[in-house]
Amino acid sequence: MIAYRLDGRSGLAPYLQLVQQTKDALRLGLLHPGDQLPTVKEVVGSIAINPNTVLKAYRELEHEGLVEGRPGVGTFVLKTLGGPSADHPRLRRRLERWVVDARDEGLDDPSMSALFDATLRGSLRREGIA
Amino acid sequence: MSAAIETTGLSKLYGRTWALRDCSLALPTGKIAALVGPNGAGKTTLLHLGVGLLDPTAGSIRTLGESPRENAEVLARIGFVAQDVPLYDGFRVREMLELGRHLNPSWDHDFALDRVRRHDIDLDQRCGTLSGGQRAQVALALATGKRPELLVLDEPLASLDPLARREFLGSLMEAAAESEVTVLLSSHLITDMERVCDYLIVLSAARVQVIGEVEELLATHKVLTGPPRDHVAGADVISATHTDRQSTLFVRITGRIADPGWSVHDVTLEDLVLAYLAQPTASALPGPLGGNARRDRLEARA
Repeated sequence: MIAYRLDGRSGLAPYLQLVQQTKDALRLGLLHPGDQLPTVKEVVGSIAINPNTVLKAYRELEHEGLVEGRPGVGTFVLKTLGGPSADHPRLRRRLERWVVDARDEGLDDPSMSALFDATLRGSLRREGIA
Repeated sequence: MSAAIETTGLSKLYGRTWALRDCSLALPTGKIAALVGPNGAGKTTLLHLGVGLLDPTAGSIRTLGESPRENAEVLARIGFVAQDVPLYDGFRVREMLELGRHLNPSWDHDFALDRVRRHDIDLDQRCGTLSGGQRAQVALALATGKRPELLVLDEPLASLDPLARREFLGSLMEAAAESEVTVLLSSHLITDMERVCDYLIVLSAARVQVIGEVEELLATHKVLTGPPRDHVAGADVISATHTDRQSTLFVRITGRIADPGWSVHDVTLEDLVLAYLAQPTASALPGPLGGNARRDRLEARA
């Protein structure tokens, strides 16, 4: 069983925070197919949020085919999500080397994120996607 | 959609002061609604009128479809927790719940006992010796034990520390998840309200200033920043602050913000409530009244 939390300063809508945390748990292997998600009552009781927020998050996960609601029983995991680190060891190693290089050149973490984001956006633009 | 509470021109006069004036609103069934506003805005008066503790001076109020003063049977379907969390201090918790059982025909004793036990409250303890958080939990158990269709709570969080507040709201939400009860609670703690409420009523100076679905209110209000200007196409300006280089406008979106000179930012429920309370003439109400007041003023000035 996983436990949700709510970050008031994340800027992300509460239901999306629950969706994100569920997906993270699927990626990290904390949840497996057949596992039950906490009931709506359990979630609202522990983190004091509106029941509809939880229902909306579970509907979204259901819509994406990740979980299945069984009326009167609960919500169950249908499939898991591959984690980026597990699936792409080569890419991750190269990125780790890049981070070491960037730090050598004096970049701090926010500068690295900004550079990565800018490069990503530039490459999308060149490919005509955005 | 039917209304749990519906008022038309509801007014209450105390001596020569209007506690509530010409208040027309509808709270749809199934909502968890926050009632917010400054002290003295009329929140407690509205709640007391809703549960039949007061007679209106003018206008009418219907709670669960009935007039609570003329048709007292409806009171059995309403749970009410008053501001001072009234419990008999000399009674043990067990006796308090027994009292609830004797006074309420629809009482669910197991449900009430379960709620109290879940918070490790000793049934043999006298109510006068309970902590603030425990007191609030017992009061909530009493109010929900009658399995009401409408739960009305007046400032239930006011005397609670942050942990007790979170626990109280948690059990309130559990009760809401279990039984599709409509909840109306007044509070000053807007960040707490943003987590739990899906409907907002702002009272200010005895009148309803803002009412609506939280999601919709947040989607239709934005903060715009850009070069100094005091109006914008596609939105009503609720409040504006200016420096020599930049304007910051709090707006209600009415169309599309086409001007790329504005950067558009999301607002929190607290931003929204504070923006309206700072501008008593602005309002966000359904129907033709909505958002007009401030626009009229701006046009008059232009």
